[in-house]
Amino acid sequence: MALDSKTDTRPQQFKVVGTRPLRPDGIDKVTGRARFGADMSAPGMLVGLVLRSPHPHARIRSIDTSAAEALTGVHAVVTRADFAPPADPGVADVLDNCMAGDKALYDGHAVAAVAAISGKVARQALKLIKVDYQPLPHVTDVDAAMAPDAPALHEGRADETVPAGMSPNVMARHEFGHGDIDAGLSQADRVLERSYRTEATHQGYIEPHACLATMAPDGQADLWCCTQGHYMVRNTCAAILGIEQGQLRVTASEIGGGFGGKTTVFLEPVALKLSQKSGRPVKMVMSRAEVLRATGPTASSSIDVRIGMTRDGRITAGFAELRYQGGAYPGSPVDMGSMSAFAPYDLENVRTVGFDVVTNRPKQAAYRAPGAPMAAFAVESAIDELARGFGLDPLDVRLHNAAREGTKASYGPTYPAIGLEATLRTAKDHPHWSAPLGPNQGRGVACGFWFNFGGDTCVSLNITPDGTVTLSEGNPDIGGSRASMSMMAAEELGIPYDRVRTVIADTGSLGQNEVTDGSRVTFAVGLATIEAARAAKREMCKRAAQVWGIDEDAVIWEDGAARPAGPNAGQHPPMSLAEIAAIASNTGGPIAGHFEVNAEGAGVSFATHMVDTEVDPDTGAVKVLRYTVFQDAGKAVHPSYVEGQFQGGAVQGIGWALNEEYIYGEDGILQNPGFLDYRIPVASDLPMIDTVILEIPNPGHPYGVRGVGETSIVPPLAAVANSVSDAAGVRMTSLPISPPKLLAAIRSGGS
Amino acid sequence: MTRMAKVQIFGSLRAATDGKSEVEVDASTLRELLDGLADSYPGLRPQLDRGVSVAIDGRIYNDSWFIPIRDDSEVVLLARLKGG
Repeated sequence: MALDSKTDTRPQQFKVVGTRPLRPDGIDKVTGRARFGADMSAPGMLVGLVLRSPHPHARIRSIDTSAAEALTGVHAVVTRADFAPPADPGVADVLDNCMAGDKALYDGHAVAAVAAISGKVARQALKLIKVDYQPLPHVTDVDAAMAPDAPALHEGRADETVPAGMSPNVMARHEFGHGDIDAGLSQADRVLERSYRTEATHQGYIEPHACLATMAPDGQADLWCCTQGHYMVRNTCAAILGIEQGQLRVTASEIGGGFGGKTTVFLEPVALKLSQKSGRPVKMVMSRAEVLRATGPTASSSIDVRIGMTRDGRITAGFAELRYQGGAYPGSPVDMGSMSAFAPYDLENVRTVGFDVVTNRPKQAAYRAPGAPMAAFAVESAIDELARGFGLDPLDVRLHNAAREGTKASYGPTYPAIGLEATLRTAKDHPHWSAPLGPNQGRGVACGFWFNFGGDTCVSLNITPDGTVTLSEGNPDIGGSRASMSMMAAEELGIPYDRVRTVIADTGSLGQNEVTDGSRVTFAVGLATIEAARAAKREMCKRAAQVWGIDEDAVIWEDGAARPAGPNAGQHPPMSLAEIAAIASNTGGPIAGHFEVNAEGAGVSFATHMVDTEVDPDTGAVKVLRYTVFQDAGKAVHPSYVEGQFQGGAVQGIGWALNEEYIYGEDGILQNPGFLDYRIPVASDLPMIDTVILEIPNPGHPYGVRGVGETSIVPPLAAVANSVSDAAGVRMTSLPISPPKLLAAIRSGGS
Repeated sequence: MTRMAKVQIFGSLRAATDGKSEVEVDASTLRELLDGLADSYPGLRPQLDRGVSVAIDGRIYNDSWFIPIRDDSEVVLLARLKGG
C-alpha cells in the first residue's frame, strides 16, 4: 500500500496522543500475575529438555537413544531423524539450528531432545543418550575464519557475489556506494586509516525462551510461547513439521524482552515434535546457559575504515570494509551494516564492502538495528578522531557533513525530509554540550541511522454493547504497543483512553502479521488501528443517519459522537458512541472496524547521542557520568515509552561498549554463559539517561509517527568510545573497553 | 506505451549488469520492474530470489507488487532489509 501524503506535516492537535496514561500491563507485571512463556501448564504435561553438543565442531556419526527411551517416565525422544527435510528450503537452516543434522556446528548446538514426566527424569534420560562425535577443527574468530586454510563449516554455500579463491566460510559479499574513493581521498588534508573490532553481544532479555506445545492425533496443534512474532512461529513451525498453517494456533505470552532475539524459533518445533510423538502436552524452558550458548547473539565484527577530511572538516571520501561473523549459518547483518555505515552523511565519494562469514558459534539473531551499531562505531570513531585532530568541534563537523533532504544516501536513494540535522542542532544547544568536565573525564558524541519497517498488519476494533472498545492486534507488546494502540484508537474515536482495551490476538483470530521488529509496530499497527477506528466511525455515522432518517453523508463524527452536518441534515442532538452502541442490535447488529495492510514505505530515522565518562587511570574502570539522547520520533504517542526506548537502546549500547562480550576459549567453548560472567549494565552502573524527543512528523503516517525502537542502539558504541578516548587520552578501537584493555592502552600510550 | 524505469544497482550486483550501475527496465509497477530485471539480467536472479528491497523515491518497499513507478521516479535496488 502506498502511504505517501498520508498526513499533513503541520503539527496536529491531539487530546490523547502525547499524554502519559498508566500502562495497561503495569499492575499484572509488578504483582507477578502476568503470564510469561514458562507460566502456562496443561493437564498431563511433560517436561522437554535438550541435549547439546559439547564440541564446537563435530561430525555426528550416530545417536543411540534406546536407553533413554527405555527409562521409566520417558515418553518421547527426538533427533534430526524425526524431521523430514522441509519442503521449503528457506527453513532448512532454521531446522538445522533447532536440531543438528550431520554435524554439530557450535558449542551448545541441539542434537537430541526428550520429553518425560519430570525434569529429573528428563535429565537422567539426556545422560543415557549416546552420541558418537568425530571432533573437527573449529574457528570462532571472523578474521581467522576468512583465512584460506581455515576450517570450513560448509562447502559450496557461498553465493555468486563471493570472488573465487576466498575462504569457503565467506558466504556473501556486499558492496554499496558511489563516487570515486581515490579521487576523494586525494582532496583530503588528512586520510585516517583505522581498524576496529567489536565482540558478539547477546540481546540479554531477562525472560528465557519457553513454550508449551500440544499436537493432537487429528493434526490440530496449539502452541503457547514467548516470541516477538507468533505468526512467524506458526509459519516456520508449520513448514518444518510439514503441517498446514491453519492447523497450528499460536498464542503469544507476555514477553520479558526480545530486542530482535525472539524473531526466530529455537525450542518450538522441537516441543511440537515431542508432543506429536508422545501424545501429551510438552513444556520446554531454556536455562540462562542455554540462552547464551544456543540462541542468537549478534555478530562480532572486524572493520577497516579509510576516511579523508579537509582541515575545515569536510569529509572528502569514506571507505569501509566490514567483516561480520554471524555464527554457523549464512545471514550476518553485514549487508545492513554496509548500508548504514555512512548513512548519516552527505558524501560525494563513499563505498562499503561487507563480507558475511560463518564460524563455529551459535547462529546470530537480529539485535536492535542489526548490523548498524558496529558500523557506526567504526565510522563515528574515525570521524571523531579526524575532527579532534584538526581541533574542530565534533558536532560542527557532523553538521558540516550531515545528510539532509535531497542528499544521495550512501546506500543509494535520495533522502526525503529527515531529522538528523535537527538532532545535531538540538544537541549543540543543549546545556550538556557546554557543561564543564573534571579531571580524567571526557565527552563523546556520535550519530546513528536506521531504516525502520512496516509490513503485513491486521487490526480488528470492536464496539461493545456498553460503549467500550476492544482492539485486537497481532503483534506481541514489547515496547508499549497496547498502550499506544489504545491511545490512537481513543484519539480517533474521541473517547477516553480507559474506554479502550487492546489485546494481542492469537494466530487464529487475525490474518497474517509481520513480527514485532524493525521499529514497525507503532507505525504500522498504529496506522491500521487508526484506519480500523475510521471504519467503525463510518459505520456509527451510518447508524445515526438511519435513526435520524437522513442521508449518511449528512453525518460527521466529532468529539466522540455522530452529529448532523450540512444544510439538509436537520436538527438532531449528537449521538455518542455509547448511545449508538446501546442500540446496535436495533440498527443492524454489532459494530466493528477492521483494517488489513502491508504498510510499506516507513521513513528512516536518525539520532545523536552525547555521553560524559570518567576513567580511573589506576584501574582502567570507566564510569558513565551523564548521557543524553536526541532522536526524532515523528510524533511521540506515549512519550514515556518513547523515552524508555531511547534509554534502553543507550543502556544496551553502553553494555556493548564497556562490558559485554562472548568469550570463547581456544577449545571453541563459550567461557561465560551466565549473567555473572557476561555482565550487562544494571541500574547502579548508570546515571539517569536523559532524553530529548524531537517531533518532525512522518508524512507516511496519519499522526506523523516514526518508529523509535532501534535507532537508539546505533550511536552509543561510538559515543562511549569517543568519550572514553577523550577522557583517557588514548584512542580505543576495540570493544568492549574493559578495564584491563583500557589500562593496557593507557600504560602503552595508545591502543 | 513503453515506460522505462531507471534502476540503480548496488555494487556487488553489477557483475550481473555488465558493470552498469544503472539499467533501464520497461516497468510502471514494482512487479513489472522485478520481472523485467530478472528477464533482462538473469545474473540478478539469485539475489532476486533471496529477496530485495526497492527504494522508490526515497521510500522502501519489499513486497507490494503494484506500487506505481513514474517515469521520473528514483528507483534503487537494495539488499533485503531486515530489522530487530
